[in-house]
Amino acid sequence: MTEAPDLYSDAALDHLTRPRNAGTIPDPSGIGSDTNPSCGDRTVITLTIADGRLRDVRFRTFGCTAAIASASVLTELATGLEADAAVQLMPADILRALGGLPERKEPCALMAIGALRGALLDARVRAG
Amino acid sequence: MRRVYLDHAATTPVDPEVADLMAQVLREVSGNPSSIYAEGRQARALVDRARDEVAQAIGADPAEIVFTSGGTEADNLALRGVLKAREGEADGIVTTAIEHHAILDTALDLEAHGQARVTVLPVDRDGRVSAQAVARSIDERTAIVSVMHGNNEVGTLQPVLEIGAICRERGVAFHSDAVQTVGALAIDVRTMPIDLLSVNAHKFYGPKGVGALFIRRGTRVSTVQTGGGQEKGRRTGTENVSGIVGLGAALRIAASRRAVESARQAELRDRLIREIRSRIPDATLTGHPTDRLPNSASFCFSGTQGEALVVSLDLEGFSVSSGSACTSGNTDPSHVLLALGLDRDLAQGSLRLTLGRDTTGADIDALLAALPPIVARLRAASGATVSA
Ligand code: FES
Repeated sequence: MTEAPDLYSDAALDHLTRPRNAGTIPDPSGIGSDTNPSCGDRTVITLTIADGRLRDVRFRTFGCTAAIASASVLTELATGLEADAAVQLMPADILRALGGLPERKEPCALMAIGALRGALLDARVRAG
Repeated sequence: MRRVYLDHAATTPVDPEVADLMAQVLREVSGNPSSIYAEGRQARALVDRARDEVAQAIGADPAEIVFTSGGTEADNLALRGVLKAREGEADGIVTTAIEHHAILDTALDLEAHGQARVTVLPVDRDGRVSAQAVARSIDERTAIVSVMHGNNEVGTLQPVLEIGAICRERGVAFHSDAVQTVGALAIDVRTMPIDLLSVNAHKFYGPKGVGALFIRRGTRVSTVQTGGGQEKGRRTGTENVSGIVGLGAALRIAASRRAVESARQAELRDRLIREIRSRIPDATLTGHPTDRLPNSASFCFSGTQGEALVVSLDLEGFSVSSGSACTSGNTDPSHVLLALGLDRDLAQGSLRLTLGRDTTGADIDALLAALPPIVARLRAASGATVSA
């Protein structure tokens, strides 16, 4: 019999079963959130910035495997970057890091990017 | 990895005896049941025997059974066929908000094309429609009432006897989509006031792609598709001989095992429901607490999302389903869960576990061990705070 094709990559599934940096930073430099309009699922990202660099990035996701994996991997990609570089992170970076997502799930990855950019903007506003 | 299949409401594995019989028919019976020579007569005899088996299982007369390509076609034939037969006299359809799409979308399609007036009745928190509400919705132009017997997502059983009695009194055809209950619950159309009943073979260990519609003698149904006039003109098209043989055999076997098997599954289901409620905080049972399909346990877990639950359980060897958005590429949250009055977020965290003949107590124990940590992990990721 033919094997069932995998829906998600091993990397995505690893983030589902061992989410990295799940949580909320109590006193963040910035906080941002985004909602997937098609399902109402949500991601919140909090981060701290010191000397222009992202020191700590954490996520909360109420959403599907793709949404959780995207937010989880994005916290890894963003941590240590300069704020100016973190703003440049794109959905394609998430897809690359996860080894792809099922096509219809790609909008779920957008949420993580939206939440990160929101948090960076918030940090800039707060810093004045 | 050992897999535990707990999605029998989606489909069931074909009974080996049924599979053998079908394979034999495919190999040895080549005729078209409409042909009058030997090969045709042989095929006709098999179709007739299957018709007898189906009729016997539900207390019908064989002439009242029409074979279809499955439950969806049976539902379409019931609604469209009755409406067409009553054209110019009656065009009202009364149905409920938790019907299968094969009913709801068919009713709405008829309405969109000006062929029907549709009343969709709400259900209560347990997923039940009120028979009184059905009675109030029937008027002199109502052609058909369609209320499913057992709900596929939340398991709730509807008061079909009461509703059927009302329809009979008012002279309105009563259809029930019974694809989840045929083979699992006792159905006898001699005592149940149901005029049309949809049956689907793959829900009771038969093949996919074959079903039947019971049409009580005297109920007017026009053909929906046109062609060679098979099934006494009620469903034209060359019969799926091996599939029909499989349907008949599967239903015969299911009927003979029903009493023992449904009681066994109901016991496992009760343990599953009880233990999930005790081991997982804030687990909301969906559907009626007791008046439900014997094999169905369905829940919503706040702070979790159904697709992530299904994928997480799949990784640990369990096949389950969710009525939440995004599990099937469809972004609408389940119309059934919303009709129960659940809020959208809670409806997102739905999980449906449906047991079958092959389900053992050890399977239930395994699921009960695997599920709580998954729910806890997803809640931790979403930041849901749950009061224990
Ligand atoms: S975020 Fe809702 S389905 Fe992916």
